Formats: sequence, C-alpha cells, structure tokens
Amino acid sequence: MTNFITNFLEVFYVLIGLIMLFAGIESFRDKENPARIGTGLFWVILAVIFAGGRLLPYPVIGGLILLLGVLSLLKQIKPGNIKGIDEKIAETSAKRLGGWIFMPSVVLAILSIVIAQFTPLGGQIGIGISSVVALITAVWMTKSSAKTAYHDSERMVRSMGTAGILPQLLAMLGAVFTASGVGELTAKAISGVFPVGNHLLGVVLYCLAMAIFTMIMGNGFAAFAVITAGIGIPFVVAQGGSPVVVAAIGMTSGYCGTLMTPMAANFNSLPVALMEMKDNMGVIKQQAPIALTLLVIQIFLMYFLAF
Amino acid sequence: MEYLKLIGIAIIILGFAFKLDTIAVVIVSAVATALVAGISVPDLLTLLGKSFIENRVVSLFFLTLPMIGVIERHGLKEAAVNAIQKLKNLTPGRILNLYLLIREVACAFGITLSGQVQFVRPLISPMVQAAASVHEKLTSKQVDLIKGRSAAVDNFGNFYAQNLFVASGGVLLMASTMKSLGHAIEPTSIVLYSIPMAIITLVITSLYNIHFDRQFNLKGNQKSEANHD
Repeated sequence: MTNFITNFLEVFYVLIGLIMLFAGIESFRDKENPARIGTGLFWVILAVIFAGGRLLPYPVIGGLILLLGVLSLLKQIKPGNIKGIDEKIAETSAKRLGGWIFMPSVVLAILSIVIAQFTPLGGQIGIGISSVVALITAVWMTKSSAKTAYHDSERMVRSMGTAGILPQLLAMLGAVFTASGVGELTAKAISGVFPVGNHLLGVVLYCLAMAIFTMIMGNGFAAFAVITAGIGIPFVVAQGGSPVVVAAIGMTSGYCGTLMTPMAANFNSLPVALMEMKDNMGVIKQQAPIALTLLVIQIFLMYFLAF
Repeated sequence: MEYLKLIGIAIIILGFAFKLDTIAVVIVSAVATALVAGISVPDLLTLLGKSFIENRVVSLFFLTLPMIGVIERHGLKEAAVNAIQKLKNLTPGRILNLYLLIREVACAFGITLSGQVQFVRPLISPMVQAAASVHEKLTSKQVDLIKGRSAAVDNFGNFYAQNLFVASGGVLLMASTMKSLGHAIEPTSIVLYSIPMAIITLVITSLYNIHFDRQFNLKGNQKSEANHD
C-alpha cells in the first residue's frame, strides 16, 4: 500500500510540473518583462524537478536548486506582466452563479478530509484527488474552455511567484539542518542554560522562541523549520509531548510574533500604506493585546494537550 | 569549533531581518551549514536534491491553484463582496465580528483571497467607519483606529484559521518538517489540533470588537443631538 501511495503521488507531482510548465511558457512569452528569460527558466526548472523527480539523480537536482538560487540572487525572477481578469465576465458570472461559486472550494475541503479519514489512501492522495475533482467541478459550473483554464492556472502560479516555492525550500533547509546535526547542537547549547525534562518549561521555551524568532525574521514558516528542530523536538517532543500538538500550536505561537512585528510587511505595513494611515504602527498596536493573550493561552493549551 | 554549524541559523535570521532575497538566503544557509558540518561538495548536492524531492509534498497546494483561478475569473470576489455588503446597519463591532467569522470559514475551505487589498481597504474599513459615524463625526484619530482594527481583524482570521484547511502551505510544511525530524504526523490530525485556537481566537477577538464599540457615540446622546440641531 505504501508503495502504491508513493507511485500514485508521483502522478500529482507530474500534474504540478505541468502547471509550472504553463507558467514557464507564458513567462517566456511575456515580452514586456525584462527578466522574462530568468523567470521562464525558474518555472521550467521547477517543472522538470517536480515531474522528473524520480528519474533524475539527486546531485543533478541539487545543482538545479543552486541555479534557482543564482537566478533569484541576480534578480532574474520577476512576476512580469500578468493579465488580470475581465471584470465584466466576473460580474455576469457572479449574478448567474451567486453563492454556488464557492461550491468547488467546498468540494475540495470536504472531499480531501473524507478520503483521508475513510479510505486507506491517506491525506496527501486525498488532496490530490479532490483538487482534480474540484477543478472539474469549477470548469463544468463556469462552462470554461480548456484555454481559459490554462490561462487561469498560469496566472495563479505566476502571481504567486517565488513565494510559492519558499515553504518547500524551508522544509529542505530543515532536512539539511537535521543531517548536519544543528538540532542536537542548539539543544545542547540551550540545555546548558535551561534544564531539559521540565515539561512546562520546555513548552514555554518553545512557544516563546517561536514568537520571538518570528518577530525577528518576519516569517513564521522559517522560524518553524529552525526552532522546532532546535527546541521543539528536544525540549517537548523528546520529553513525551505529542508531535502533532507541538507542531500545530507551535506554528500558531509563531503567528503571535507575526502580529507584533514590522518585519511582517505584507500583513502589518501593507494596510498602513493601502489605507494611508497616520500611525505607522497602527495595525500592530491593535494586534498586540490579542497576540499576547493568545500566546499565553497557547502555552497552557500545548502543555495540557501534549502531555 | 562545533558551534560554527549554527552559521546557517545566523544567515537565516539576518537574511530575513535585512530583507535580502529570500530564496537565495535559504539556499545559502543550507549550503553553508552543510559545508561547515564537513559534508563534501558532491554529497552536498545529493543532500540538497534528496531533501528537496522528499519535501515535494509541501508544494501539493499548487494543485489547488487552477480551480481557484477558474472561480476567481467567474466572480469569486464579487460573490464574497455581495455577501459582506449585507452586513449594513450593524454596529462597528458586529460588522468586524461577522467579517472575522466569514474570513475563518473561508480559510477553512481554502479560500484565501488577499484580504487587506480586496476586502479591508475597499469594503470593511469604509463600512465600519460609516457605522461608527451615524450620530457623530469621527475624529481623524478614530478613523485611524478603525483602519488599524479592520486590518487587525483580517490578520486574526487569516492566521488562526488557515491551518483548518488540509491542503494549506502551513499544514503541509508542518507535516513534512516533522517527518524529516523523525516524528511523522498526518495533515488531517494537524487540522484537528488547529481547531481549538481557531475557536479561541474567534471568541477573544469578538469580545475585543464588542468592547471597540465603546469608542464611538452609537446611541446618539444629548450632546450629539444638540450638535445635529
């Protein structure tokens, strides 16, 4: 069964590669983008890695990833000129479909949970199958042609840009840290100051570290990869704490940090600029009391649920 | 110097803090850590390739993009705007609370429209300002408070409900990272344990917003009626 699931997942990675290829082709064709070659290459390389991941030797993929890094460093990846959506079509369609437009999203969310819970296929295959079913539902309901569906796909991928691949790169970084023994080392360094073994202290340390490092980095995902390896595992999970509780509540403890830092520009500075607010810290000031309250609640919640 | 291995953490923290190119920062951090740990260049390439391939599952959410793209072209935003516009004639706190609820439910179904750009700026903040100024003109300080609060409510809903969706980037990242760390967990169980915080955030933010109504003269007391005459 495990073997079957691994092979089945490969089908979905080929589909992801295909979507990325669409984005690559359209990036190459975007004549107005000064970085069209680099941007096109970025998506085509990713398409190759996703679709051909099983066939390519690991060192080749490693080399391609370094190439992505160089392209990004040289500022050769830019979203470019992405065609927006036709507001007239959107309005007539909204009138015709009304609330039914949310149907494909509901199909996606519910079907993926159902497949995960009631079949032996598991959560990942569930997401894959239900994404395809939801897309078919959406195309059927909106009477879209293959051509517009193609453009909808490339538009979404291109507007997401490099941010879309960041979570996977951070997961890769976490794996490299583990292979290099970084987690054990930070654990050793911190255990010189704080004793390992006290459950409450471990939870406090992990949740606070998630919030503080997210404030410094402005990115909860990046903090999660680093802090969970260094503190979450040795101080909470290795002491008998449930891994799923530690992950779920650890990540949202990081979000408390996101709410309190000007480093998270997308969330805290963008609205200030959009609404021409007088107080630069106006959003953060409204968020800080809730963020601190939630952080305290999460520490207790993790302590009681994990042990 | 064993502690040199921590160079990768330093690179990540400084790189993100100074807003350097994120993709390059992450890759440089991985390369530096592996080299300092004594991993040879060919082994390093293998390690990068293997770690990236094994974590492809994190990017599974790309599969949901074509569907979102199709429904976006056919009025996803317009339908959401129509629903939110029905919230007229409420107090500022109640508008914010219903928006929070809508945002959390939408997130649970994987609909993560760009809230600040598409809803807060054009819709929520003006609606709350209108609701707060029924009896008395708002001071510029109050207007700024409303803008800040509207943006904050969007962030609360977005952050604490996004992990309710099994194919969200965050859930997949957690599952994949925990697997690399030797403690594999199912995405669906992450969703289950994300429910308490989504509900707690909803309750606490609701109280916070109800309290927000006290900042404004909503009943039209003596003083303001005199002003209207």
